[in-house]
Amino acid sequence: MNIPLAVQCERITKQYRHFQLQDVDLSLEQGTVMGLVGPNGAGKSTILRIIMGLLGPDAGSVKVLGHSMPDHQIAAKRNIGFIAEDMRLYESQTIDFHMGFLKSIFDSWDDEYAATLLRRFDLIREQKVKGLSHGQRVKTTLMLALARRPNLLVFDEPTTGLDPAVRKEVLDEMMNALEEETRSILFSSHNTLDIEQISDYITFIYGGRIIESKNKEDFLDDWRRLRLTNMHSSQLPNLPNIKDAQQSGQLCTVTVYDFDDTIPKEFTNAGLSVDSIERLTLEEIFLSNVNFAKGNMNKDLTL
Amino acid sequence: MKLQFVFSQTDKRPMYQQIMEQIVRRITVGDWPANTPLPSIRQLATEIKVSIITVKRAYLELEREGVIVTQQGKGSWVNDSLDFEELQHDELIEHLERVGKLAKSLAISENELLSMIKKYT
Repeated sequence: MNIPLAVQCERITKQYRHFQLQDVDLSLEQGTVMGLVGPNGAGKSTILRIIMGLLGPDAGSVKVLGHSMPDHQIAAKRNIGFIAEDMRLYESQTIDFHMGFLKSIFDSWDDEYAATLLRRFDLIREQKVKGLSHGQRVKTTLMLALARRPNLLVFDEPTTGLDPAVRKEVLDEMMNALEEETRSILFSSHNTLDIEQISDYITFIYGGRIIESKNKEDFLDDWRRLRLTNMHSSQLPNLPNIKDAQQSGQLCTVTVYDFDDTIPKEFTNAGLSVDSIERLTLEEIFLSNVNFAKGNMNKDLTL
Repeated sequence: MKLQFVFSQTDKRPMYQQIMEQIVRRITVGDWPANTPLPSIRQLATEIKVSIITVKRAYLELEREGVIVTQQGKGSWVNDSLDFEELQHDELIEHLERVGKLAKSLAISENELLSMIKKYT
């Protein structure tokens, strides 16, 4: 059975003066959560803006909920809830005003759900936006997006700048939204813990390219750190899987990618002893990926 | 049914294993007797705020170990031909594995470790 795609990007390219997105392929199945990870300036927001139809790609095709973007964005947007950092609320108006405003535009607006979210988020309906803290603003925009009950949620850095308590509230409510089987979430974050906790798929972006995009369990399973003792100063086996190797005296730490059970043997065969094999957190994989990509770019420059 | 799964951020094991452990614990203490239906994957994921794919993996591994039975379209439930002693035995081995690793990193000798264990038997 083919699960319909909520988002499908094919070979999208966007050229800027000092930055370009190159051949971005991305697909998100309905009912799943995808997290975009990448350093600042990698292209995460640009991709999300193209998906939202706010930017047109120079080449390639974008389909969101079956609608071609940016051409059919009006139809698509009825069913998308978008949150970005620079989202504006009317400063001199109340939360209630915004709720009424959205209700007048979207017939899918759910009063009951909105009231529940206000309660869970400790928001006061009559409060004016200018008096809200950053956390309250994020919760307000999240409430406004969720109460429309859209099929797709696109969030650009939803948890940036939030304290741990509010961060948890936001993540919890994102997960609650998944009770609806066809609802999908695409979000970006610097916080690898957030991505690791709630994503089904992880897409790693660096320098305007997608380095990797796969299901989270495989993503995390692929990487290992081996702690080795190198008593006889042996040469490390020449494996393409090695992403990083640090040697200090007789102790050696190697980070490998595409791990399988035959790899430790390669090291013992080379005369090293394997002391331990550790899994990596998404944050460690992230840093390792960035370092490796940087190293490769520098190599390209010296050629 | 409100499920209170409490996870530890300092637990280094992957999340799917922590979920498996919480489920097995409920079964071994008798809270979930044989044939108890498990929550659906999506239900458990949204309840404990962990990604669906991770819960799915925990269920798959539990099925492989024979702890639960899953039938497409019908959901999952606690296996009624489950050998509780074996399950508890597996749990014991799992703890011992961790004990072994910790002892090694603390450089505790085998004899020392044995006498430490004796205190608890």
